[in-house]
This record gives sequence, structure tokens and C-alpha cells, in this order.
Amino acid sequence: MRAYLDHAATTPMRAEAVAAVTAELTRTGNPSSVHGSGRAARRVVEDARELVAQRLGAEPAEVVFTGGGTEADNLAVKGAYWARRDADRRDVLVSAVEHHAVGDAALWLAQTQGAHVTVLDVDVTGRLDLAAYRAALGPRTAVVSVMWANNEVGTVQPVAEVAREARAVGAVVHSDAVQAVGHVPVHFGASGLDLLTLTAHKLGGPVGIGALLARRSTALTSVQHGGGQERDVRSGTLDVVGAAGFAAAVDVAVATLEAEAAREAALRDELFDRIRAAVPDAVRHGASGLDPAAGLPGVLSVGLPGAPGDAVVMLLDAAGVDASTGSACSAGVTAPSHVLTALGVGEDEARSVVRFSLGHTTTRADLERVSAVLPDVVARARAAAAYV
Amino acid sequence: MKVLAAMSGGVDSAVAAARAVDAGHDVTGVHLALSKNPQSFRSGARGCCSREDAHDARRAADRLGIPFYVWDLSDRFAADVVDDFVAEYAAGRTPNPCLRCNEKIKFSAVLERGLALGFDAVCTGHYARLEGGQLHRAVDEAKDQSYVLGVLTAHQVAHSWFPLGTSTKTEVRAEAAARGLCVAAKPDSHDICFIPDGDTAGFLDARLGTRPGAVVDLDGTHVGEHEGTHHFTVGQRRGLRLGVPAADGKPRFVLDVTPVTGTVTVGPREALDVTRLSGVRPTWTGPVPEGPWRGLVQVRAHGTPVPATVELRSAPGEPDELVVETDEPLSGVAPGQAVVCYAGTRVVGSATIAVTRPALVP
Repeated sequence: MRAYLDHAATTPMRAEAVAAVTAELTRTGNPSSVHGSGRAARRVVEDARELVAQRLGAEPAEVVFTGGGTEADNLAVKGAYWARRDADRRDVLVSAVEHHAVGDAALWLAQTQGAHVTVLDVDVTGRLDLAAYRAALGPRTAVVSVMWANNEVGTVQPVAEVAREARAVGAVVHSDAVQAVGHVPVHFGASGLDLLTLTAHKLGGPVGIGALLARRSTALTSVQHGGGQERDVRSGTLDVVGAAGFAAAVDVAVATLEAEAAREAALRDELFDRIRAAVPDAVRHGASGLDPAAGLPGVLSVGLPGAPGDAVVMLLDAAGVDASTGSACSAGVTAPSHVLTALGVGEDEARSVVRFSLGHTTTRADLERVSAVLPDVVARARAAAAYV
Repeated sequence: MKVLAAMSGGVDSAVAAARAVDAGHDVTGVHLALSKNPQSFRSGARGCCSREDAHDARRAADRLGIPFYVWDLSDRFAADVVDDFVAEYAAGRTPNPCLRCNEKIKFSAVLERGLALGFDAVCTGHYARLEGGQLHRAVDEAKDQSYVLGVLTAHQVAHSWFPLGTSTKTEVRAEAAARGLCVAAKPDSHDICFIPDGDTAGFLDARLGTRPGAVVDLDGTHVGEHEGTHHFTVGQRRGLRLGVPAADGKPRFVLDVTPVTGTVTVGPREALDVTRLSGVRPTWTGPVPEGPWRGLVQVRAHGTPVPATVELRSAPGEPDELVVETDEPLSGVAPGQAVVCYAGTRVVGSATIAVTRPALVP
């Protein structure tokens, strides 16, 4: 058995989600069709919508199903900017630790759509600098996007403060909560946010479906056009199978959140203790290093001084442990993480960071495997550091 | 044995990795990212560094069921290969970047990193053979790549493996197809991977600018102008744009490039003939031969080997010098090129050509 410690990349599907997906795979029906098969499919989608809404403190009408987190982020950032901007309101504020789905969308707005983008600094733990935020915020602000919790270092942001102040100046406020939902309490209605992104596969549902929670009063311009599904902002045939699996996963993840978060946080801290025992100069990055409650329960970002992260990940892989350097990268080349850089971690230090992320299937046996293989892995990686 | 298979995304390295797997070794594939911005390099065609190549390498590794990683060597490649290439041209020499990449990247940075990580050997798709631990030419003479491996040291040879040396290219392609590797029909790479459009002069202009100078005849007669000595390499005939025809009406060739004065010297083909040359920074793939010895030398990747007497001269306080006297003249030998020495099919060593003496000079 491999030790899978990359749950922040994607986490195994929960049995309830597998059952829901499997059941729906055998049925036929387009939810937009008026006949019996269509109505049956529609019912599954609307049941799913209501369950997701109920578990996250939202109204069913506020749930816009999308193809995943990246799509929801793009719809939020671009769609809200297009709907909200006018001659005097073109500022877009994003934190320096956003996922590329938000950060690059904002950059694109700046490059092609006349937006003025401000990237907001974070402190050494990765938490938004609220003073800088207040200084940047004003009547010209169209959109604010600050993630709920960071995928690389786990830091949880002061989303309620961000939302309150953004709304006070009439800006649309969005949060990418892909890593947060199902792992820390998230209540959309109480958050003060206008828009919130979540995705199924980070909490035990299938890949390929997510949602943007959007207040009914928040105007969005469509990113993709077509049949007018999902409040006319997200056209495309509704994914019945995905929605069923998504809702089942959200249901379990939120219902079991409190106990599971405590269990994972204890394992996370134990893992760091074990790493420190094997590598005494290992350091912890992000909020988890200072205040365990300010970080995601399952994310552990560890600096192993002198050991290149890509070499550590490769050697762990060979030893049966799945971990990651920062976030997974499609190009396959590890560049120093923009998140770690934003925390003030130097380029060399950032290259020696490995992320372990725990989830609902993690057990102590996974930690024991890390303990067993890490001393040799780090020794070899350090020896290889001289080359490249 | 734990083998690190360097996989470019081409057919040769994929088949080499497959053979390593078949031989029962514990094989890991690694693709070298040689550019920070892979899309800036070639697309569609065949190179070392495009996204398509990384994808093809990954698919081959998937097919073989081996782990696969991309290693970012772009900084090392830029410094050790690209910058060196530009500097060599700026100095009036003619470098071979593939050889340099083998010397500094594939069999140095990658090999040493692999050894430190616990691997025993690096396996590549080069056409060359190892026999009794010694480096030899491939059996497919047309594909033989032993020349670009001539810079390897004994240590590097001892940790290298070239599974394709006993096969022909045709056999390798057929084997790739039989194994279901999608790269079976992929075209060979030819040009310099970091100059995808093949416009070496334009690439150098962008880095060195234009530096006008004179083209002169062997007797010093001014016969034309040029926009930079880096546009010329010894032995070149085309692109001289000379206003004054040669007295004998025969074509003229570049004989010498002198960046300091900005002078390009041209003359008849016979003046390119060289029988004696001196190399610096000698390297040896095995034991260092003592005294003068008889062998074969080759001065370009697909050049014809010629019989020669070779001698390593070492003097205290002086850099080692490899002196080569060929039995028959070599044509168009430029400083900066590598001279690779063979004993029969065995690669003995190499040196970087520093000085040549024309056959006409007594």
C-alpha cells in the first residue's frame, strides 16, 4: 500500500459519492427536457442543489453548478468584473497567494480588459495584510477576491472582515473556498461574501464538477454562452451524475467535519513531530507553524533545508509515499512557488519545501511510512543538491 | 541496477528506456526541461525542449510503466550551453552545442545528480556501443553518435549505458512501432534545439549585434564587407557576398575568422587543408595513452575519420596539449570544433581544437 499524502491535490471519493454516481450512471435524461426522463434527471440535480445549499448555508438558487473550481473562479472574477465595472470602477484586488485560477484571471483582466489589479501582500504566515487591503480598497474597487484557505500552506484568511469592508464600498467580493469546504466550517450566508467557489473532488466527490455560490443580487456576466442553464450564467447540459456525487460528498464531509478536522489536525501535528525527529532542522511554513487553528487541518508545508523538494518528492515516490512540491504543475517543471515567495520565503528555501496533505482516508500507518523512509530520502536529496 | 533513462520525447530514447526495462532493471524516466519557456522553442518539429516533446516522453514512460519526472536544467543549459555557444562564436570559434550538452548537462549534471539520488547509471538513446566497459562506435555507421560522446570521461562512461549501439535506426523505429510507442514515426531532430528556426546568424545577431568588418584575401587584399565575424565559420562558402571575383575565377572559402580585428580571411579550397592541429582540454574515455600513437581522428559529427599520429604533451605549469598529425589533409577545420580520437572503433578521447596549421605551410 502506498501512503497517499496529497489530498489537497485530490482526495479519494467517499463511498456515498461513489454510490450516488454509480446509481445515476445507469439512468438517462437531460434535466432540461420536459418529458418524464428529463424530469427525473432534473429532480436529481435539484435535490443535489438543495443539499449542497443546505450544508453550506446558502439558498438553492444561489448554487451555480460549474465544471469545477477553475471554471467557477473564472466566472466569479471575470463575470463579476464585467458586470460591475464602469468608467470609475475598474480596480480588482486579489491576494498574493491566490490559486492561478484567480490570479491569472485577474492578470488577464488587467492585460486585456482595462482592469487595474492590485496584488495584496500577506504576512509570514500567509495571512492577508488587512492594513494594505484597506488602503487599496475604495469606491473604484469593482471586485475583491481573497481565498478562504490556501492550498500550499493551509493558511485561513480573514474572509468575514474582507467581505464586510468590500461590501461597504460597493465592490463584489469573492472567495475561492476550494480547499476550505468540507475541511473548515463554511457558511455562505453568514460569510458576507457575494461569491464563493467550491469543487467536488477536494472533499470526496468526483472530478469535473464544482459550484459557484452566488447571491441572487450579484450580477454576473456569462463567460460561456449557450442554452441558458444555471441562471443563464453557465450554459451547458447539467451534469446529473456529477451533481449527485458532489452533493453526497458535501453532505458527508460537512456532517463529519468537526470530528474529522480534529483527527486530521492531530495527525498533521504528529506528522510534523515525526519529520522533526528524522530531520531536526525541518521547518513548518504557513499559519500552521504558529497557530494550528489558523490553518487547514490537513495541510502541512515543510521546509527541509538543503534538500531540493523535487528530489525529495521523487525519492518519496520511489519509497511509496505520494507528496508534492507546492501545487501540482501541468508543465511538470517546478518553479519556486508564488505562495511561498509571497510569505517571504527565499527562492532556495522555497525549492526545499514539500507539502504533505492529509485527508479522510489518512491513518497513522501513512505517517509511519514517512518516518521510516524520510531519513534516507533527505540524505540522498541533500547529496544531490550540489548538482543543479 | 537502478537506471535513469534520459527521455527526450524522441523515438531513440524511448526505445533505449524500453530495452533497459526489458533487461530487468529498475528504470526511471527523466525529461530534461532546457528552457524556462518551452513554447518559445520549436513547435511541431522535433527538438529537445518543447511541451509536445515532454508529453511524448511522458506517454512513452506511461507505456513502459516506469516513473517519470521532468528535471529543470534550464539555468544550467543557458549558462553551460547557450551562453557558451554565443561566446565561442564571438571569439571566432565554431562550437558544437550537442557535444557541450553531453559534457556539461546529460553526463554531468544529470549523471551526478542521479548517482547522488541512488541511481547506478544513465541510459540514453545515443547510437554508440559499450564493449567491455569501453566506448565504441555504433554498428549503424550512418547513425553513429560516438563523436558527440567523445568528451565523456572514464567515470562518465562507467556510469552510462547506450542500449541502441547494436541496432540500426530502421530497426529502432520498427521496434518502437511494435511496442506501441506513439513516437515511432516521429521525425529525427537535426538542428540546434535552442535555434528552432535554424537561423543561427539571426540568433547570434540578437545577442551579439552587428559588428561590421572587412573580408580580405590571403594576401590582404580587401574583397568585401561583412556585418559580424560571428556569421562566418572556417570552411564556409555560401553567403560571402564578395564584390571582387577571385583572380582564378574559383570559389572562395572562409579560411580564418579574427573577431579582434573584425577580419574574415577568404581563399581557395586548397588553403583549407590541414594536416596538423593542436587541441586543448583533452578528455579520455579510458586510460590515457602514453607517447605518440597511431589512430583515427574525426573533427565533425558525421565527418570521415582519417588516420593520424596523436600525442598528448604535458609540461609542468603548462596546460595539456593534444597534438594531431594527419596522414591526409582535413578540410575546413575550425577552432572550437572537437577532435575525437579513435583506436579502430573505440573512442579514446577528445580535445577542443585551438590551433590548426594548413597543409600548404611547410
